[in-house]
Amino acid sequence: MIMNGASFQTVQINSDFHLAKEVEDQIISAAQTSGYDEDVIFALRLSVEEALSNAIRHGNAYDVKKKVHVRYSVSPDRIDVYVSDEGRGFDPGGVPDPTAPENLENPSGRGIMLMRAYMNQVEFNDAGNEVHLVKLNQAS
Amino acid sequence: MAPTPKILIKNAGSITVLELLDEEILDEATINNISDSLLSLIHERPQIHLVVSFVRVKHLSSMALGMLIRLNKKIEEGKGTLKLCDIKPSLQEIFHITKLDKLFEIYVTCEMALNSYAV
Repeated sequence: MIMNGASFQTVQINSDFHLAKEVEDQIISAAQTSGYDEDVIFALRLSVEEALSNAIRHGNAYDVKKKVHVRYSVSPDRIDVYVSDEGRGFDPGGVPDPTAPENLENPSGRGIMLMRAYMNQVEFNDAGNEVHLVKLNQAS
Repeated sequence: MAPTPKILIKNAGSITVLELLDEEILDEATINNISDSLLSLIHERPQIHLVVSFVRVKHLSSMALGMLIRLNKKIEEGKGTLKLCDIKPSLQEIFHITKLDKLFEIYVTCEMALNSYAV
């Protein structure tokens, strides 16, 4: 698939954490092969893990029959990863600030914050069931 | 059958030192596995003084942070203590971004964490 001039790989998996790990490894491997540095790899692994985990847990509610759809592209100047699920979506603006004192002891709600901290761009579609992660190669 | 959790438990006097042996603590299966072992340890010793070493850990997810928060609450309920140590700078940044460095007692080395009990 060609989008915005970049070549995208498309993967579709059932809502299974082992399969998600394989997709994550595939994306990391592509980024390593393209020469991205350790900091980018760290950020990418964390963010892709969070996106896939959200899709399986919150989006597809652990329903193994529901699919997680991943498209990714690794080019010399940027990495794009789209992760979508078959759930009803959510309002990312409605997630409470996990760093607020009253939420600090809440065990969940930090995934989106971490993705935003480590990626250059994190965008959700209107339905709230697809996230687009962008990491730029700032060394290039 | 659930895989054996990759943890190493050592006793240093009245303090329990637990080393996480996984380099990646990201996915739910790994986290639940570690969590179950820790909860049974707390169940055995409700007033536990626990030092958790991250010396081998290279990757953590938000779910792993959630596990630590639950663990901390459980230990506080039993009037025990939880201290974290040997966290790599890249992971310290995660604690800093999420402000969990304000919630947890974090020491540069495990020796410093152990020494803090002597004060």
